[in-house]
Amino acid sequence: MLEVKNISKTFNLGTVNEKQALRDLSLTLQDGDFVTVIGGNGAGKSTLLNAIAGTWMVDEGRILIDGQDVTKLPEYKRAKFLGRVFQDPMNGTAATMGIEENLALAFRRGDRRTLKNGINNNERKMYRELLARLGLGLENRMTSKVGLLSGGQRQALTLLMATLKKPKLLLLDEHTAALDPKTAAKVLETTETIVNQDHLTTLMITHNMKDAIHIGNRLIMMSDGQIIYDVSGEEKKKLTVEDLLHKFSEASGGQFANDRMMLAK
Amino acid sequence: MNIGSLLNALPGAVAQGLIWGIMAIGVYITYRVLDIADLTVDGSLCTGGAVCIMLMLSGQNVWVAMAGAMAAGMLAGLVTGVFHAYMGIQPILAGILTQLGLWSVNLKIMGKANQVINVDKYSLLVSLRFIKNVPFFKNTILVVAVITILLIGILYWFFGTELGCSLRATGCNDKMARAQGINTNFGRVLGLMISNGLVAFSGALLSQYQGFADINMGRGAIVIGLAAVIIGEAVFGRVFHNFALLLLGVSLGSIIYYLVLQVVIWLGVDTDLLKLLSALIVAVFLWQFQSGSALLKPSRKGGKR
Repeated sequence: MLEVKNISKTFNLGTVNEKQALRDLSLTLQDGDFVTVIGGNGAGKSTLLNAIAGTWMVDEGRILIDGQDVTKLPEYKRAKFLGRVFQDPMNGTAATMGIEENLALAFRRGDRRTLKNGINNNERKMYRELLARLGLGLENRMTSKVGLLSGGQRQALTLLMATLKKPKLLLLDEHTAALDPKTAAKVLETTETIVNQDHLTTLMITHNMKDAIHIGNRLIMMSDGQIIYDVSGEEKKKLTVEDLLHKFSEASGGQFANDRMMLAK
Repeated sequence: MNIGSLLNALPGAVAQGLIWGIMAIGVYITYRVLDIADLTVDGSLCTGGAVCIMLMLSGQNVWVAMAGAMAAGMLAGLVTGVFHAYMGIQPILAGILTQLGLWSVNLKIMGKANQVINVDKYSLLVSLRFIKNVPFFKNTILVVAVITILLIGILYWFFGTELGCSLRATGCNDKMARAQGINTNFGRVLGLMISNGLVAFSGALLSQYQGFADINMGRGAIVIGLAAVIIGEAVFGRVFHNFALLLLGVSLGSIIYYLVLQVVIWLGVDTDLLKLLSALIVAVFLWQFQSGSALLKPSRKGGKR
């Protein structure tokens, strides 16, 4: 479904802030894989997701989605294949537009925007049903501005938008990190429900190692722009947080103590 | 001070307010919908006036002349859009560059700094002379009011379409817009074109109204546009929520601005000071009615902080 072949990306080349964020990284996802991504700050997790999404172009390497080479495709064109949820709940929705208008925008992902009505009544009916499934009462506030919603509600809505049109690949960039624990758990539960129901191929960054172990069928650990550990199936199920910490210090030479991941045990 | 002379001047102020109101609706589209403070308008207003007058002087029908003016304005918007969206120049700077370039363009269109058109020799749509003692249907206030309502209707329809919604999303949160497959660069260019098309159209009406096009006619237009937008929102914002009504509020805000201006002139304030007063009033309004305005924050909203 996704093939990332030897990609590299350096930011601020030739300046004091030069940073090689991705180093010759390769990754292949099978159809239906649910992969969790962990790693310290600056390991390149978000950079990997942004590279796939096309936020900027990679310096080297190729990216294929469902067999199609998207390496040179601008972000808005790649969106056709991708569903995305960002860490910051403000990023995934248009605050000054209504809930149903946001969904209507997402429903047209990958289509040409024409002079037809931006939303029609059949859609409204469908959105109402889908919103009801979230269990947040949003189905009764369809025309409310999204800016009035809480962070958790916005993330749940963004998740629904990202999967409204079944994406080839779902990219979740720490989408529960900005939420309180209870809301985070709820959004994560919704994520699993939607992913399982639609058999979506998913790449999810998380800082919570427990989540990383318990969710999905495969786990990758990143450090310094590379994948340093890749585990799936039975082996993944047997992992413990201690194992991961151990793996990490093994790979990175023990420079792990200052990371948020420690707190997430 | 004679109250009669003030009352006498009010219909003219309303007409002027309505004409500038169309310009202000153009400003609303960039400033509020796209979140760009576009300074192109100071130049494109004059471009519209110049093109309209020159086309009419060369014998074209008034409607053809106004369509030509609108097209010229859209072209100006296209230039700013390309500067900003495709060449990565900050929107305010992109607008200033186009505005400066338009100074020369406008001079070349007119051949000199101003061009007069005689209301008796050409069949103008609007004029100072069509305020009083003209048949009802020819009254400038009515004509511009009808045009304004038509334009608001078209804009209301457009911003409800798929394309229009994608423009609104681009202005609100361009990161989200791109993630939903929206070409945000194209959206910005299109928005700037629509906005400057309206501004030039307003310039075309204004030049007919005053009977001439002048190289300085657009100076400070952005301030008048912003004033109208902010007055409209401050006065009608609590009652008007629908997009069409918001645009109507902007037009009414422009009328209020010109009525107040008329009163200030009637009070005997030195007219040389009017632009200074306008600037100060708009500054106070911006300060009071919106923290974090687009002028202060030229970069896009919703980006990674």
